[in-house]
Amino acid sequence: MSGPNTDYDPVEVAAVSPAELEAARDAALAAIAAAADLEQLKAVRTEHAGDRSALALANREIGALPPQARKEAGQRVGQARGAVSKALTARQEVLEAEHEARILVEEAVDVTLPTDAEPVGARHPLTTGAELIADIFVAMGWEVAEGPVIEAEWLNFDALNLGPDHPARTMQDTFWTEPADHHVVLRTHTSPVQARTMLTRTPPIYVVCPGRVFRTDEYDATHSPMFHQVEGLAIDEGISMAHLKGTLDHFASQMFGEGITTRFRPSYFPFTEPSAEVDLVCFVCRGVDSDQCRTCRGEGWIEWGGCGIVNPRVLQACGVDSERYSGFAFGMGIDRTLMFRHGLEDLRTLFEGDVRFTTAFGSEL
Amino acid sequence: MKAPVSWIRELVDLPAEVTTEVLTDRLTALGLKLEGIHAAGAEIRGPLVIGKVLTKEPEPQKNGKTINWCSVDVGDANGTGEPQGIVCGAHNFEPGDLVVVILPGGALPGGFEISARKTYGHVSAGMICSVRELGIGDDHDGILVLPPDAGAPGDDVFGLLGLDEEVIEFEINPDRAYALSLRGVAREAALGFGVPYADPAVRELPAPDGKAWEVVVDDPAGCPVFAARLVSGFDPAAPTPDVIKQRIEQAGMRSISLAVDITNYVMLELGQPIHGYDADKVAGALGVRRAHEGETLTTLDDTVRTLASEDLVITDDSGPIGLAGVMGGATTEMSATTTRILVEAAHWDAVSMFRTGRRHKLTSEAGKRNERGVDPLLPGIAADRVVELLVEHGGATAEPGYTLVGSAPQRSSITIATDLPARLSGIEISAMTTVENLRAIGATVTEREAGTIEVLPPTWRPDLNDPYDLVEEVVRIVGYDQVPSVLPRRATGRGLTRTQRLRRRVGRTLAGAGLVEVVSFPFVGEATFDKLGLVADDPLRTTVGLANPLSSEEPAYTTTLLPGLLEAAGRNLGRGAPGVALFETGTVAFPADNGPAPIYGVHTRPSVAELEKLDEALPLQPQHLAVVLAGERRRTGWWGAGSDAAWSDALAVVRRLAGELGVTIEVASANRMPWHPGRCAVVSIAGVQVGHAGELHPTVCRAYGLPARSAAVELDLDALMAAATDVAPGPSFSTMPLAKEDVALVVDAAVTVAAVEAALREGAGDLLETVRLFDVYTGEQIGAGKKSLAFALRFRAPDRTLTEAETGAARDAAVARAAELTGAVQR
Repeated sequence: MSGPNTDYDPVEVAAVSPAELEAARDAALAAIAAAADLEQLKAVRTEHAGDRSALALANREIGALPPQARKEAGQRVGQARGAVSKALTARQEVLEAEHEARILVEEAVDVTLPTDAEPVGARHPLTTGAELIADIFVAMGWEVAEGPVIEAEWLNFDALNLGPDHPARTMQDTFWTEPADHHVVLRTHTSPVQARTMLTRTPPIYVVCPGRVFRTDEYDATHSPMFHQVEGLAIDEGISMAHLKGTLDHFASQMFGEGITTRFRPSYFPFTEPSAEVDLVCFVCRGVDSDQCRTCRGEGWIEWGGCGIVNPRVLQACGVDSERYSGFAFGMGIDRTLMFRHGLEDLRTLFEGDVRFTTAFGSEL
Repeated sequence: MKAPVSWIRELVDLPAEVTTEVLTDRLTALGLKLEGIHAAGAEIRGPLVIGKVLTKEPEPQKNGKTINWCSVDVGDANGTGEPQGIVCGAHNFEPGDLVVVILPGGALPGGFEISARKTYGHVSAGMICSVRELGIGDDHDGILVLPPDAGAPGDDVFGLLGLDEEVIEFEINPDRAYALSLRGVAREAALGFGVPYADPAVRELPAPDGKAWEVVVDDPAGCPVFAARLVSGFDPAAPTPDVIKQRIEQAGMRSISLAVDITNYVMLELGQPIHGYDADKVAGALGVRRAHEGETLTTLDDTVRTLASEDLVITDDSGPIGLAGVMGGATTEMSATTTRILVEAAHWDAVSMFRTGRRHKLTSEAGKRNERGVDPLLPGIAADRVVELLVEHGGATAEPGYTLVGSAPQRSSITIATDLPARLSGIEISAMTTVENLRAIGATVTEREAGTIEVLPPTWRPDLNDPYDLVEEVVRIVGYDQVPSVLPRRATGRGLTRTQRLRRRVGRTLAGAGLVEVVSFPFVGEATFDKLGLVADDPLRTTVGLANPLSSEEPAYTTTLLPGLLEAAGRNLGRGAPGVALFETGTVAFPADNGPAPIYGVHTRPSVAELEKLDEALPLQPQHLAVVLAGERRRTGWWGAGSDAAWSDALAVVRRLAGELGVTIEVASANRMPWHPGRCAVVSIAGVQVGHAGELHPTVCRAYGLPARSAAVELDLDALMAAATDVAPGPSFSTMPLAKEDVALVVDAAVTVAAVEAALREGAGDLLETVRLFDVYTGEQIGAGKKSLAFALRFRAPDRTLTEAETGAARDAAVARAAELTGAVQR
């Protein structure tokens, strides 16, 4: 290193000539431009801008120059070094960008590679279907009521106007628990939940009761000893069949699509009077060219469930003042609803536990 | 109920434009639901015509059979007017007879296409038909020979044979027993189209004199009305007229003999079951009484029935000769030699009929009607109608005398507000319409004070007892399609309950953990528990039994969800799945043994204490959650090797779920089938066991066809959800720098990680933020029977940067406590 030199010999010290300086600068710029990668640029930097480079040496001599020469030489050397430094920086950026681009190209992957390391789970459509139904009703201000699956005979039958000799008891053959004279059954419908609700709450009552029920049906493509129902019960002042129709129409359109409504046909259920069968406009053909429709088999309508005005005898058994209040009730099979909503051919697929069945529903339900 | 359209139209004068489809639509809207429209000849394609046999030449064949080569005049039906050559194998006809011929181009039931074909050396151009080939009977002894006045050769026979007759099948609800008759169906049709209706039950009857036969009714409650009539000189060989035979068969019953056919015909016509006795076989007076317990009776179906004291029987001097209202007895059965017929038509107590039918597992056309309730005015009318037909078609003579014991029970009238139908239906129904419609169904309506009427239901409607019953009648005539659609506006619910929300959360968490939900049947048997390896006195074997299981192998409600899941897992693997992860939530049941559930009355609400008694009698029914993990759990792929399900995956599921619900669980080693004795954890909450998790016992894996190391969980979901955090307190945490210390501790192999971790936590004090085991090492370096546990300790202070001295002191205190409590030695 040369420090400022005040005691110099002007003979020995001479500024680098402009030509030499220019040559050194040009050589440096050429080398920089020629550097093909960051490695080469590093070598160029050492050679042309390092401590031992011509430009660095020229710079070092400036201090030894006579004052009058110093300014001019300093300017020239400074400009040359600045140009080289700038070129280095620029080239560095270019090469770094090139490098990064190349790395990114090299690192490319096949994005179609599978990523299924983690297993995929799913909830059962009977669960999600029941939740969808519950949500439709909860959104209307209803509540979801539940009760035991193994139920007292009185609640499953008697309280619902199905006396011991009612012919309806043969219509729904019942599983009895042992000993049979203990009057305990596997509930044949979710109606005892309605009875329990009326027995423990005061009107107004608006509840849906989804749940598992049992009947002694042999297991085949359309029958199962265990299946699922959703029943609804509304008890309030001034309740009429119009409210029942309005509620079921709303339910149908939420479940099957805008414009899907219901129709009533007279029917018979011990717990309702008047009673009706509920049919649903076929949500596939919508009653147009039904002859070709596989869902409703040419009917234009799909049998959905049963409903009616709650029989005052039921209100009486459950302690509801039938002079002041009236109510409606309805019920349908969740399994059956899913079967026609999703075009299922065989009821048993719901209970086999094949994961391919369950995962197929995804989040649609 | 199957009703021929022509029979309906005979009883009610329907406008011509009312097609069968219009009729069934209207009747369905009124409550008689269409099941189907059948026509006997629906599968037959003509030409099907009358043929007159001109010649019949028997031709013996080498196979021993003789065929008849016939020429048959079919008029112009064959297009030429020339006789038709037909080969016929039957022999029960002669030249000159009229027969039924199907010509080439036609088809018989079963897709049997007819063409001219060569057979037995002739070209047989068509076929002479038997009733069986036509699908209208079973008789195949010969071809159908028509009466000489049936028509002319070439006439179409569809109408003649009733092949074009449409028969409507209705689904009849229990409250509409009156529609189990043409009388009832026609009444509904008249109602539906507002046309006059001539009730076939309106007859002039002789005055009862008790002289037809002596009848003693011991049980008037069981048999309020008993009518008897007698005919003599009946020709047992007289054929049943075609129209009666056809109608009986169209209604789905078999034609047996004229006398039996007539009783069935009148039952179909009026709805009143009728029984005919061979009067010569009846000894002495007819009696009606309850059976003596253990008494036997051979019924018409040749079954010996042991009677119960509740069964109503009909007796003569020999004892019971019939199961009243359900089925007659064999000893007095009408036969091919019967000439004197005692006709019985009685009104029976419906409940008694229902019980007897159920007790003897007997369903008969008579029983079906009697147990639903028949018009009590019908017995005498129906008996009279039977006598009329026996005289008309069987050459019988009506004996004088008409025995009628008892009378129709009194009905009380129903008081109803005239606006009730409007209020309950939401339709605008005037008081006038209410009155008109009730009169239209046959009720007697008397107007009382303003807005109220008194209604006496018709005798054929035992189902009408309450005002609401009458509302249905009024509204169904107005039309259910008139009910407006109005949403109730007063529901103000509180949303899902916490339990309902948590249950959804549980399902979503498990699905998110890669488990697939299963719904399985809850039926189990001893073999199920054997398969799980449960010991003989395992509490899970104490089940709620079913009195009438579908399968004797599975006669109980399950106490565990695992069997269904294990079966499903095996099924999935059997179908080629490389691995399966399943879960189920559902009810299990444990007997309560608190005695029977009471049966209360239905006229008032049971008291709170009474309701509690109902619940006490029910089994305990907790909700359980079970998981089965078998085979590949994480897949092998380009990223590297996967792994199979293991005991730890089962516990991971439990911990994930507990974390989701904010429940602190404790895990300890346990020995419980169906789990591996050394790889089973008992899961507890606040010291109370809530279930088990771990690897399945190898014998259980084998039993269910699952790979070794398959894992399972079963938890009491109710207990888990009950412990869920209600309101989570907001966390507070420091943002000061973290200080890290790792320690390796050597302990005896039997010492649990949980114990060491707890000791470290206790010793480290408040500065410890987390402690986590990150490695376990066993091997020579530390000696047999030992293991080295490497823990990462993380320290942080709430208010300052910790010094190395502070962190070191805390670490040393942690290690010291571990040494003290677990014998741990730092490596």
